[in-house]
Amino acid sequence: MVDLSVDFVGVKAPNPFWLASGPPTDRKSHVERAFRAGWGGAVWQTLSDAAPSAGDLPAARYRALHGVDRRVLALDGVGLASGRDLAIDLGEIAEVKRAWPDRALIVSLAAPRDEDSARRIVAQIEATGCDGVELNFSCAPEARPGTSEAATRVETTTRWCRALSRMPVMVKLAPNLADLVRRARAAKRGGADALTLIGAVDGIAGVDLDAMAPAGALGAMGGPAVKPIALAALAAIAGDPETAGLPIAAAGGVTTWRDAAEFIALGAGVAQVCTAAMTYGFRIVDELASGLSNFMAAKGYRRVDDFRGLAAANVADWRRLDRDRILKAEIDQALCIKCGRCHIACEDAAHQAIFATVDGERRFVVNEAACVGCNLCALVCPIENCVKLIDRSADAARAAAE
Amino acid sequence: MPVVSEPPGIADVAKGRVDRATLAANFADLHPPLSAHQAQVEADRCYFCYDAPCQRACPTAIDVALFIRQIAAGNPLGAAQTILEANVMGGMCARACPTEVLCEGACVREAAEGRPVRIGLLQRYAVDAQMATGTAPFSRAAPTGKRVAVVGAGPAGLACAHALAVAGHEATIFEKRDKPGGLNEYGVSAYRATDDFAQREAASILSIGGIAVRYGVELGRDVALERLRRDYDAVFLALGLGAARRLGLAGEGALDNVVDAVDYAAELRQAENLARVPVGRRVVVIGGGMTAMDLAAQSKRLGAESVTIVYRRGLNQMKAGARQREFAQTNGALIRPWARPVALEGHSGAVSGVLFERTREDNGELVAAGGAFRLEADLVLLAIGQQGTLEALAGANVRCDADGRIVVDEERRAGLAGVWAGGDCVSGARGLIAAAVEDGKRAARSIDAALRARL
Repeated sequence: MVDLSVDFVGVKAPNPFWLASGPPTDRKSHVERAFRAGWGGAVWQTLSDAAPSAGDLPAARYRALHGVDRRVLALDGVGLASGRDLAIDLGEIAEVKRAWPDRALIVSLAAPRDEDSARRIVAQIEATGCDGVELNFSCAPEARPGTSEAATRVETTTRWCRALSRMPVMVKLAPNLADLVRRARAAKRGGADALTLIGAVDGIAGVDLDAMAPAGALGAMGGPAVKPIALAALAAIAGDPETAGLPIAAAGGVTTWRDAAEFIALGAGVAQVCTAAMTYGFRIVDELASGLSNFMAAKGYRRVDDFRGLAAANVADWRRLDRDRILKAEIDQALCIKCGRCHIACEDAAHQAIFATVDGERRFVVNEAACVGCNLCALVCPIENCVKLIDRSADAARAAAE
Repeated sequence: MPVVSEPPGIADVAKGRVDRATLAANFADLHPPLSAHQAQVEADRCYFCYDAPCQRACPTAIDVALFIRQIAAGNPLGAAQTILEANVMGGMCARACPTEVLCEGACVREAAEGRPVRIGLLQRYAVDAQMATGTAPFSRAAPTGKRVAVVGAGPAGLACAHALAVAGHEATIFEKRDKPGGLNEYGVSAYRATDDFAQREAASILSIGGIAVRYGVELGRDVALERLRRDYDAVFLALGLGAARRLGLAGEGALDNVVDAVDYAAELRQAENLARVPVGRRVVVIGGGMTAMDLAAQSKRLGAESVTIVYRRGLNQMKAGARQREFAQTNGALIRPWARPVALEGHSGAVSGVLFERTREDNGELVAAGGAFRLEADLVLLAIGQQGTLEALAGANVRCDADGRIVVDEERRAGLAGVWAGGDCVSGARGLIAAAVEDGKRAARSIDAALRARL
């Protein structure tokens, strides 16, 4: 029997699917709808005790990156803060936690600027009875990203909050990968109980060619398009001796059960969701739970912890990949629909190693002598499992010996 | 060269009009199942609508958007679970439902670009995946000690018994035939239920446990309703339809090769070898419903030279929808509306032709329009509907409508204490497998509540 319940840094929840801090979690009515739909937890939209500034928008503005059939690949937004009075938020948080004691309710907090404001706001949040606080450093950072000042700020702020709070303190880090490990180490030194990876990516969804203006201002971007960046963030943390093993809540493109499972395999104990819930509504949690559950049953994992981090051990720097392995592409002629996409990809961008004509007929066949096993053809092919890479190392070794 | 007309009265009804290979092809899956690739492409077309119209259109309210999303996410067993929880006959429904007027007809992609998501085939894909595991995703609640009699092992009966078993009760099904499935087994055309599917599905449903089936037992003839009411804690009547309607023409009962469509359909389905089924060279089908269309198509596929469907009113008034009419026509049947039979002609004891008069509507009433024509016929199939099951209920105080169908309330209670009813035998039945399953579910819920009140 599969058990989806989790215990994340002491916070218990019936499943690892939590809503990430964002527009879906900025008020009680949203969070309660989500809990009724079956979400295991939620991170309340970022609170700040700073007064709203003149630059704040009255409401959110979104743009999207669309793929085929207007499928949403990424949502990009500005002006996401709810602008509500802090007292109202705090009151609602307390009500929701009382009404839903078995669900995780974390509160996202804009990183306080000084210790006094940290003391005030952390106490107010703790008084709600919620389960923890998630520090958000991407709202109006004063320290320039990528600098050691930014890392220091992470450490110091984390330390204040950690000392002032009985609740777990999670630190949400933006995905500037070159600098991520430094900031993660800083968070750990400051006493962070967990990391949330990743905060939103800086993005502009597109350019309006009639108005000749970017579609939206530089905004917070999330959704399927950012998933590879988020996975890389988890891999970076898992690969660093100082930060490896830190509990991680993943965020960044979780849309289906498989996305969640991939993040868990790389070490996440929780999968946070924002863009997918904004795109499809809260009901997607049914697919997430059903899919993860059936995957675990098929693999023999009884609890989420049973497979958490199993892939982290296999993360390798590309420089250390095995160069002696000889792989060659092979096209399954029974499945091939003769679109020719493999051929042109190889012609224009790889090694001109796929024939387009055999015996005068349109037929796509790999020229093994020229193929280097780069995998591009397999990836562009529209038919699953039609092109595979076959290990020819043994053949190559035999040929070399002769 | 002189025109030679065939002498009348040669009843040309023969076996083996079509060679084996063609016959096999003609009765293979009408809608072949989707491959994994096709399922992925099809599932990706679903928009995951809010309060999805497809779900609303389904008599069993299957959460279609969710199950398609599960298929798209590579979780076909999860999809099967979603389907089967709402409709334990999701497999047969996927093959036999008129999806073009149910879920697919309501699909928003029909509105968007005239091409609905192929929900029926996706549903089959998921349920087939579940059946391939040899298990069903259900478990029973703790036994309650309560026992329910179910009359009929068709869709309504099986669905009711299954839901009762899941709730912890015991069910005994009394089935007059020697196999379960009802019309799934004895009516639905073979190309919609290949590979003995009706039996495999019934076996999967019965595998929940707690359900005993007694075959060859008919209500009325072998066991009385009063006896069941006495011996069991509740009774669910899922009798299906009764006697076929007759034309009321001279010779109807006496002439050979004038056959009730429902009987002929059962003969086709139960034939071990379709090459041995006698097929008329010239077939006349009287009626305008799905049964008429399907038997016309099957007759052509069995090698009949000419098949003519004759309906008393206009095409658009037929019970069979456009898609179903087209199916008969593309298989080579001719449809002649606005005509009704007035005489059967016979020769040497077998039918040789049918005389029709033309009709029209006069203030809503069907009247003769003047003029007549004759169709030669070696086989006449009567597909003009069936009445209710009054004989089986003879003497019982069950309220029926003018057609002999049982009147039930929203919970499928039949107005006689301890008796519920569902499926084609109830008044207002839609004649859909899914509607019968829904009846079975609702009745089971109502029975369960009634039995628990007494626990």
